[in-house]
Amino acid sequence: MSDWQPRIIAFLCNWCSYAGADLAGVSRIQYPPTLRVVRLPCSGRVDPLLILRALREGYDGVLVSGCHPGDCHYLSGNYVARRKFAVIKAVVEHLGFEPGRVQFSWVSAGEGEKFANVVAKVTEDIRKLGPARRMAAAEQVK
Amino acid sequence: MASLAEKLRDCARGLLAEGKADVVIGHAAGTLPMRSAPCFVRSAGEVEGLIFDHTCGANLAKYLVKDKPRGKKGEAAKPEKVALIAKGCDGRAAVQLVVEGQIARENVIIIGVPCRGVIDPHRLGEAVGGREVLSCRPEGESLFVGGDGFKEKVELREVLSECCLSCRHPVPPVHDVLVEEAVEAPGGADEFAAVEKLAAGSPDERWAFFEREFFKCIRCYACRNACPMCFCGECFIDQNDPQWFGKSTDPGDTMLFHAVRVMHTAGRCVDCGACVRACPVGVDIRALAKRAEKEVRERFGCEAGVSLEEAPALAAFDEDDPQEFIL
Repeated sequence: MSDWQPRIIAFLCNWCSYAGADLAGVSRIQYPPTLRVVRLPCSGRVDPLLILRALREGYDGVLVSGCHPGDCHYLSGNYVARRKFAVIKAVVEHLGFEPGRVQFSWVSAGEGEKFANVVAKVTEDIRKLGPARRMAAAEQVK
Repeated sequence: MASLAEKLRDCARGLLAEGKADVVIGHAAGTLPMRSAPCFVRSAGEVEGLIFDHTCGANLAKYLVKDKPRGKKGEAAKPEKVALIAKGCDGRAAVQLVVEGQIARENVIIIGVPCRGVIDPHRLGEAVGGREVLSCRPEGESLFVGGDGFKEKVELREVLSECCLSCRHPVPPVHDVLVEEAVEAPGGADEFAAVEKLAAGSPDERWAFFEREFFKCIRCYACRNACPMCFCGECFIDQNDPQWFGKSTDPGDTMLFHAVRVMHTAGRCVDCGACVRACPVGVDIRALAKRAEKEVRERFGCEAGVSLEEAPALAAFDEDDPQEFIL
């Protein structure tokens, strides 16, 4: 169990966090290989259904990352998303998912190091929680 | 003094006779003792069927939004002027539909009726030990119920919908006509008490609770069909391409359905309890929905359906919204 690595799905905004992840890569910054990245046009594109479906699929955790407030490529996508995130976090945790399974961050295209730190923190949080136990049908947990 | 139903009929008669409304949507006696039926009155002569009492649980705002024709091209029909007989939550749902651009304000006349709470058939069933109730007659704060071989008096408070016990808007906050002065809400209870009780427990306890609740669900979608806020032309649960999740009663699929539905109604739900009363198996749908409502209320200070000016909470934003949870 000690060398167990969580599988985390990451929904990254094309304009900042995805570029931040790219920068972490080209800068050869080391971070845990736990992410499965889905590139989206904006953090505002993150439908609650995507997060819940990912948990249903058996992912151990979900990370959503977008541009810092004020930096949205579409001006207000992340502001609207922020309200949605607050509610989905509340609902998911009320449902019985442990705090930390679903996390959110703002990472700009220039913050390769922050991206690596976020991934390290989220991975560590989820490693402590252990494998996903909720909602996923047993045969779907890989 | 004229009874509430008589005042209501007079009001409906007037609106129809003067041509201010093309149709009045109200309640009529149903074929089951505890459930009124929706009633669409199109001429002044038909108003006699209208009633209003503890059995009028359906949220009539549901009928304001017409089914959206999909893939059909048709010329726009002249919009009907609809008068809605609205208790507090019906009126709030109508306002929310206006705010969301589903209906035009000038095409709906909100007839406010003071509501003293509506009966939840599940709670009534519990109160009489699961026996079938064939008749009920309210008298003051009690309800006389009768069935095959029994007659009983139950306290009204015990059988009203849980949402009514914490109701703060017995009369629609926005209305065009008010048939009778506001009454005191049957409320008084703390509306988030159940949410806080659950929140005080561990995630495991909450999961066990919701697993038990949602395990009852047979995926009939009565909750969606009764919900005035569910007006999508194609609901996510009916979509096949992509099919977002299974249509079986697999506990994970059921959980996903309820969680996503709560997200879809977050900040829009008026807590009318129509879903709970419509549910054939008694799922405590509000247990999760109230958590979203609490978050929206506390974090953004928004309440659905109380003002025509306020944008839907999750379609608006403030640059200074709190973001302590974001890394």
